[in-house]
Amino acid sequence: MTSILAVTEQRDGVLRKVSLETLAAARQLADAMNGGGATVDAVVFGEGDVKGADELGGYGADRIQTANHAEFARYAPDGQAAVLEVLGRSADAIVFAATATGRDLAPRVAARLGVACATDVTAFGVEDGKLVATRPVYAGKALQKVRLTASPAVLSIRPNTFPATEVAKAGAIESVSIPEFSRRVTVTGTKAPEGGVLDVAEAPIVVSGGRGLKEPANFRLLEELAAALGNAAVGASRAVVDAGWRDHAAQVGQTGKTVSPGLYVAVGISGAIQHLAGMRTAKVIVAINKDKDAPIFKVADYGIVGDLFEVVPRLTEEVKKLRE
Amino acid sequence: MKIAVCLKRVPDTTTKIVIGADGVSIDETGVKFVPNPYDEYAIEAAISLKETAGTGEAVVYSLGGDAAQETMRTALAMGMDRGVLLQAPGSPDGLVIAKAFAAELEDQGFDLVLFGKMAVDDYNHQVGPMTAELLALPCITAVAHLDVTDGTITADREIEGALESSTCTLPAVLTCEKGLNTPRLPKLKGIMAAKKKPLEVKPVDLDGGGLEVVSLELPPDRPPGRIVGEGADAVPDLVNLLRTEAKAL
Repeated sequence: MTSILAVTEQRDGVLRKVSLETLAAARQLADAMNGGGATVDAVVFGEGDVKGADELGGYGADRIQTANHAEFARYAPDGQAAVLEVLGRSADAIVFAATATGRDLAPRVAARLGVACATDVTAFGVEDGKLVATRPVYAGKALQKVRLTASPAVLSIRPNTFPATEVAKAGAIESVSIPEFSRRVTVTGTKAPEGGVLDVAEAPIVVSGGRGLKEPANFRLLEELAAALGNAAVGASRAVVDAGWRDHAAQVGQTGKTVSPGLYVAVGISGAIQHLAGMRTAKVIVAINKDKDAPIFKVADYGIVGDLFEVVPRLTEEVKKLRE
Repeated sequence: MKIAVCLKRVPDTTTKIVIGADGVSIDETGVKFVPNPYDEYAIEAAISLKETAGTGEAVVYSLGGDAAQETMRTALAMGMDRGVLLQAPGSPDGLVIAKAFAAELEDQGFDLVLFGKMAVDDYNHQVGPMTAELLALPCITAVAHLDVTDGTITADREIEGALESSTCTLPAVLTCEKGLNTPRLPKLKGIMAAKKKPLEVKPVDLDGGGLEVVSLELPPDRPPGRIVGEGADAVPDLVNLLRTEAKAL
């Protein structure tokens, strides 16, 4: 029987939203393979019950395989790779999310299984029983199609690309026996800023700022706009990250993150080629810039030419009105 | 402390991509090649760790064609002691490259093997952790803060909206994130010295891979957008369009 593993992620005992996207991609792959005869097994790592795991059946999981271990309360690369190595031997494909965890874990599992791995996949099809995956390279300046010839096919999908889809399946819960493993790395904890911060790579809306903001303190304008929009993260251009105004975690572009949000608002960003590469797959792009010839307007769906210090506060105000 | 850095030669990030005649790679005409920016953090970390230790060796490795030698000289000019080019043709997949590095690095007694967290051309994020698995070494990826004391590594890596702290012992494999350090620029003296540093070229036979590139294409152009208006007065129109036409609000 053909089976696809969907590797989910949890933090603090709660399933991460991106896992439903991983599952949607795995379901799509299962339906494309073997005339739709493949099953999807969602793998859940945890110390005990993971909140949200029991709902995976509603999003396309035929089975929910829970791997419980005291060390799996946190990310445990060696132990989790060992579990997936065992499960992967009888799977036809293993789907991860291209998150910090997925990017760490997928290549480990692929190496253990002796197979190649396709990172950051944005679309795929099945040709002659082999997975053919599309993935942005050169930070999105080009699209590469690769055929995964070995089995299992190991891939990670880009967040915000495969929407979570409600598909009712059995979602039978089974527990996985944990193989012996040697722990080489110990994750000792996570440090999150208070209130938590939405990551630019996963946020449905990204408001990004560049040098046009003139000084770091002015990012407050973008934070206010993001707060009014809700579900929004504040991103930054390379120029302002290199200048030390914003943390690298917020950088969008070729040496930062490549993002595909539903809405991307570029404020005071001229649109260097390496920045455009990182955000051109956003569904809707808005640009606010005082220079009407700025390259950012070439990729923007909607542009406003003007002083951002007048436009952005007004936009925040209008969004607040709309949200009321 | 004996440290290896695995370096990749990549097109400069300002490169405008033109698809090559073969339809699976880029046209390299006029393209400027540089050390992969993330690998520069690895080089800086290697040199400064060696400096702190006061003893040891920092060796740069690369896999590719002869053109990689020039890129490796940049690493030597920054302060790496010597280089080894694993000479091989083509664009092998991540696991094939990892196998070649693992075979070369095994039994060499390295305390640390450093990579960039990814290459800015193929975006794979793979070769570091794959090499670590093949060598059965501990591995921490995308390291943004690093401390190495008495054979123990403490590292933070960026995860979504937080930092994740990990620890392991030497020997280990790390991949480096932007922000780990500020890579030094090669000085004239370093550039002159680099010309005389040993750079060994070793032809290697590679395994067959499991990833065939079918095609490389430019992304579709975005549909033409429009300027909604000028200044703050255009904002209500913008919001209306986002709500009714784009359905993004």
